[in-house]
Amino acid sequence: MATVQATAQATGARKVKPNEQKIPLARVLGRWAFMWPILALNLIVIVIPSIAGLGIAFTEWSGYGQPEFIGLANFDRLMQDAVFFKSLSNNIVWTAIFLTIPIFMGLLGAYLLAGIKRGQMIFRVLYFIPFVLASVVNAQVWRFLLHHRVGIGPWLAELGITDILDVALFGKAETALYTVAFVDIWHFWGFLVVIYLAAMSAVDVELYEVARLDGASRFQQFRYVTLPSIRPTIVFTLLMILIWSATVFDYVYILTSGKPAHASEVMGTYLYETAFFRFDAGYAGAIGVVMTLWVALAVGGFVFLRRRGWDV
Amino acid sequence: MGRLNIFGSGRSQSTLPNYIILILLALFAALPILLLVSNSLKSTSEIAASPFSVPREFLWSNYGEAFDKGNYAVTIRNSAILTISTIAGSLTVAGLAAYALSRLKLKGSNVLSFYFLVGIGVPAQLFIIPLFFMWKQLSLVNTHVGLIIIYTALQSPFATYLLRSYMLSIPEEFVDAAKIDGASDWQVFRHIIAPLTGPGFLTAGLVIGLFTWNEFLFAVTFLPEKEFKPVATSLYAFQGRFSRDWGLTNAGSVIMMAPVLILFLALQRRFIEGLTQGGLKA
Repeated sequence: MATVQATAQATGARKVKPNEQKIPLARVLGRWAFMWPILALNLIVIVIPSIAGLGIAFTEWSGYGQPEFIGLANFDRLMQDAVFFKSLSNNIVWTAIFLTIPIFMGLLGAYLLAGIKRGQMIFRVLYFIPFVLASVVNAQVWRFLLHHRVGIGPWLAELGITDILDVALFGKAETALYTVAFVDIWHFWGFLVVIYLAAMSAVDVELYEVARLDGASRFQQFRYVTLPSIRPTIVFTLLMILIWSATVFDYVYILTSGKPAHASEVMGTYLYETAFFRFDAGYAGAIGVVMTLWVALAVGGFVFLRRRGWDV
Repeated sequence: MGRLNIFGSGRSQSTLPNYIILILLALFAALPILLLVSNSLKSTSEIAASPFSVPREFLWSNYGEAFDKGNYAVTIRNSAILTISTIAGSLTVAGLAAYALSRLKLKGSNVLSFYFLVGIGVPAQLFIIPLFFMWKQLSLVNTHVGLIIIYTALQSPFATYLLRSYMLSIPEEFVDAAKIDGASDWQVFRHIIAPLTGPGFLTAGLVIGLFTWNEFLFAVTFLPEKEFKPVATSLYAFQGRFSRDWGLTNAGSVIMMAPVLILFLALQRRFIEGLTQGGLKA
């Protein structure tokens, strides 16, 4: 409401330029009416709870009754919480994995696709399928295939290849996180192929012809023509991955729930457990603040680079 | 996004290596799904004996059993309610907002566009805790309405963003003619802009529907009660309960996957466009 009135006042007081019709106040108010539903919904579901989310991090709160202000105590506790540090480091490992492997696969797939005439569409569709399927379904696909008693493992073992896939990959501390990440990569990489392919299709074909005349090999064409041309798209996907890696939840929760012994715990699952199973909402809020700081730093860094004139 | 061949028409470089790697990648993407379907038609003992072969005889009874034990009659209804309502709600709210942002020259609409982008980036984990206890106070937990409101709020910024770009591409003359005839802003929206944005509404609706059908985090939090659960979270519980019965859990997963897969294959251009253009979260 305040915004609406302020805007109406600003509009009313504005100097009317000669060739610009003055729009009546009632009509301006009427125009803002188109925005009310979305603003109200966002205020109630996202803005107010987000502010509250920042607030509860400084309180002791079970979720019921009055939160008690305790200053930075939750953050002190975080600093001494081994499980939190395990989660945070798993998020960092996750980020490193996702900033490399899916990007490589996405670029490879897109570059090869851009180089063929027939069948581009069908490959694009096939690669994209895992991306549209639900996390619960994709989890089932790989829980089965990677199961040490029924899936690929026993089959390989019969061929004499043992101790690779015939072990409980989701259940072992050394492999749990990487196995979950593998499933999420399988679900995600096709999305990158499509995005990169769209960017590559917009590159001027003449650039490639010039490069070829100079005797550039395929890899050199990729390195000196394709990569620089689609850099803004790549940087954008890097930013998205940075954000998503902080908030990752579904695949970890569904496949391992952070087990065994927090070996595959990430901030998202730890926060969830803390808030909804242990009713330590204030402490969970502090984890949420850390995640938000991560996202803010990523977005801030992106904006900063752009301001500095980086073409990203 | 056409069928551009970046290697041009000049001296042709062989594309055979391309095809070999592309086919391997395609097998990597699609074969696991094919195996899920194939192993949904076998008995658990056959799965253990030969997980990669075609089913000896198609055991369709897995589906009937999964449908009953997984309570699909109820959960599909729940998911349908959530999905259809969220699509309708989001498109309404977003359509109005996109119209205001693209056509009505509101002061501060740039700030709003920026806010929507920020809003898409705010981690769900930041607001889900206060939101849950707020919804608890309002008795909205374990109600479909409660979750529909949340989904609509989450999806409408993206839909606004997408619809806005569609509306901006409508030529001004269409609107001018109506304005000369004295049409109000609402009439312009109702009779000119909204109908011309049809393809945009379809694309946005598909993405919103896909999101809602697949969504897990908010569904598992806000609808813990069995009778209200959508397919996604009830399938999760089902997979846990019958974890040794692979034929059954595979069939249950295929039931959830089938409508998405069929719709995606039929309308893949729209899905891909919607999910890659504005689809920051899926």
